[in-house]
Amino acid sequence: MQSRLCDMSDLEMPAQKTPMLETRQIYKQYQSGSTTLDVLRGVDFTLEQGGFLAVVGQSGSGKSTLLHVMGLLDAPDSGEVWINGQRIDNLPGREKDRLRNNSIGMVFQAYHLLPEFTALENVLAPLLIRHGIFNWFSQKRAAHEQAEALLDRFGLSDRLHHRPRQLSGGEMQRVAIARALITKPRVLLADEPTGNLDEESGAGIIEALAELNQDNGLSIVLVTHDADIASQARGIVRLAAGTVDMINPGATGSAA
Amino acid sequence: MYKLLLCWRYLRTRWIALASVISVTLGVATMIVVNAVMAGFSNEMQTRIHGILSDIVFESHSLSGFQDPQWHIDEINRAAGDQIAGMTPTVAVPAMLSFQVRGQWVTRQVMFIGIDPKTHAQVSDFGRYLQHPANREQLSFDLREGGYDTIDSQNPTETPTRPALEHAGWPHRRMRVNRERLWKERLESKNSAENSPARSVDQQVDAMLAATSPADDSSETPSDTAATDEKRTNPFQTARPKQGHVMDMAEEQFTGIVPGIGLASFRNRQGVDQFLSLPGDDVKITFPTAGTPPKAVSDNFTIVDFYESKMSEYDSNFVFVPIDALQRMRGMINPQTGIPSVNSIQIRLKPDAKLNEVRDRLREVFPSDLYAIATWKDKQGPLLSAVDMEMAVLNILLFLIIAVAGFGILAIFFMIVVEKTRDIGILKALGATSSGIAGIFLGYGLFLGLVGAGAGLILGLSITWNINQIRQAVEWCTGSRVFDPSIYYFFQIPTIVHPVTIGWIIVGAVAIAIGSSVLPAVRAARLHAVEALRHE
Repeated sequence: MQSRLCDMSDLEMPAQKTPMLETRQIYKQYQSGSTTLDVLRGVDFTLEQGGFLAVVGQSGSGKSTLLHVMGLLDAPDSGEVWINGQRIDNLPGREKDRLRNNSIGMVFQAYHLLPEFTALENVLAPLLIRHGIFNWFSQKRAAHEQAEALLDRFGLSDRLHHRPRQLSGGEMQRVAIARALITKPRVLLADEPTGNLDEESGAGIIEALAELNQDNGLSIVLVTHDADIASQARGIVRLAAGTVDMINPGATGSAA
Repeated sequence: MYKLLLCWRYLRTRWIALASVISVTLGVATMIVVNAVMAGFSNEMQTRIHGILSDIVFESHSLSGFQDPQWHIDEINRAAGDQIAGMTPTVAVPAMLSFQVRGQWVTRQVMFIGIDPKTHAQVSDFGRYLQHPANREQLSFDLREGGYDTIDSQNPTETPTRPALEHAGWPHRRMRVNRERLWKERLESKNSAENSPARSVDQQVDAMLAATSPADDSSETPSDTAATDEKRTNPFQTARPKQGHVMDMAEEQFTGIVPGIGLASFRNRQGVDQFLSLPGDDVKITFPTAGTPPKAVSDNFTIVDFYESKMSEYDSNFVFVPIDALQRMRGMINPQTGIPSVNSIQIRLKPDAKLNEVRDRLREVFPSDLYAIATWKDKQGPLLSAVDMEMAVLNILLFLIIAVAGFGILAIFFMIVVEKTRDIGILKALGATSSGIAGIFLGYGLFLGLVGAGAGLILGLSITWNINQIRQAVEWCTGSRVFDPSIYYFFQIPTIVHPVTIGWIIVGAVAIAIGSSVLPAVRAARLHAVEALRHE
């Protein structure tokens, strides 16, 4: 921690070396009746610009909680979250909502699509949330084109007007990724995106993520418990007992 | 934007929520119907009341009345003449009306009202409610030569006809007198036959009478002679027409009166009026003279028309008579000066005049210990305020129905929030604000309220506009009368739709729908994103 802080203050460090996403000493407890569960016990985590890190660990090791904290869905008991050189965990609620909408894309194990919306509308949802009624009509055409292009890229151009329950798991997850990408986020947080999928679909999803990282330079955090999948990332962080246990060297991502 | 889209999607996919607004719909529809019917009823009642009472009634506390109505009329004109359209003096006294039905005397308590046939039509709608078309134009207390309406002129399409009125008037009178003569002759021949053996002749007369007339006109003649006897000995009897001359009943009439139709008829279960007496029949009326103590006098009168305001209170209570005849009979004309007294002056105001202002101006001029000055609304105040209170209570009760519907919406919305917990989590993860989430459910409540109230509006208005057909259908199905015209005296259920009332009902219903979605909306907004996402 100390040395990393020195690194940070190093004047020689170029500006573009500012980490995309960084957590400092994150602590998080869950109260369950009389027992207290320490999920995160001082996690330091850094994702460089354009990095692709896999977070692995056993069930209950706090992977998802860490992801939620980084995605501003959950507040840590203590510690800091920085995104692109800006501290974000202490922002007021509305600013957090705006960051979630603009800068952070999230993909979940259970897809989490809105059942009332078609695939296209699900992809458009973040933009629908961003714009009010009157704004929306001026944005509608551009947004639709963008969403259709994204779905086309994931091979879903013939599924635009299907409801989620009419799609397969792999298709749903690709819709979810398209939804996460439509806001052109700085960072994509993926929580076991292949967990509910068969091997083939899962491989397709990971491939798509790797492609996004390589071609578009999107920074990605991938939470998984599958070592094979983790090995496709450029770096691996292992969480155990609420702390960062090990990192895979030679990756662009790093952890202290 | 997502709020609108989601509301719309929820509205189209959650039928259970639509079920919860059915009670809003029913409540709104019921309120609209009840308000329309009550307003129609109240309006109908007010026009009926107003039809007989003029705008302002200027009356004396005393039954003997006040002298010199013309002086009073001039004074009233001086006080508030700019707002007055017409005035007429009247005399009103309690009286007993006796008439014969199938040989029995029926006596009823009535209000005996002397009116000026020339000016009375100026102050009230009295003329409109008469049964003879010519009397509706200009009232005359002379018996007409037939031509009475056999259909209700106020409601020609709905009411059953009144065939009994076809021969009313002089034809009825002549027929009745002739039958009485025959009867009298038969009695006399019977009396003589008792002493003679020629009974077969008597039986012949019997048979002839049985064929020509029913047995109901039995004993008019003896009582008539009794009445003439009474008149001869009655010192108060000054109004007898053509004194000292034996009347030819078939050609002449007594003083004409116009009784309310409810006094001379009743309505049977089929809604058809059964007449106990008709224009052309004679009745006896007993009433008090002026002066202290009042003495009872009675006289014969001839019915010349019926008065039907369809307010049963008036129709079964009021008997109208020419004012000069009543003044003469009651001794209300000063023997020295010839100046009459009256009980009251009826005042009709100009259409834009202010009722209470004119009343107050008159109250300033005339001492209240001598004169009672009241508007028609004052006179019927308890009745009108009872109707108003009834309406208010009904509205409160019905609004409670909508409030109950609000609790239904509350419960179902809580259910939907629980069901949609994961979606709420998703929306939060995508950057929706808490107020945005709350907005979804508030907007959903607004939508449901609008749908419920809109459906209620359509339902309520279609019921209101077809209420009489619905009534007929219900009567046809159940075989019993829903709306008994023998009680209400009008055949149609009157309705008036006030747009402002409807506006308030709809605003109230929508407000209740929104109000009951506040709690679920707050609950949804407070959901924790991660817990919501994990919700199964």
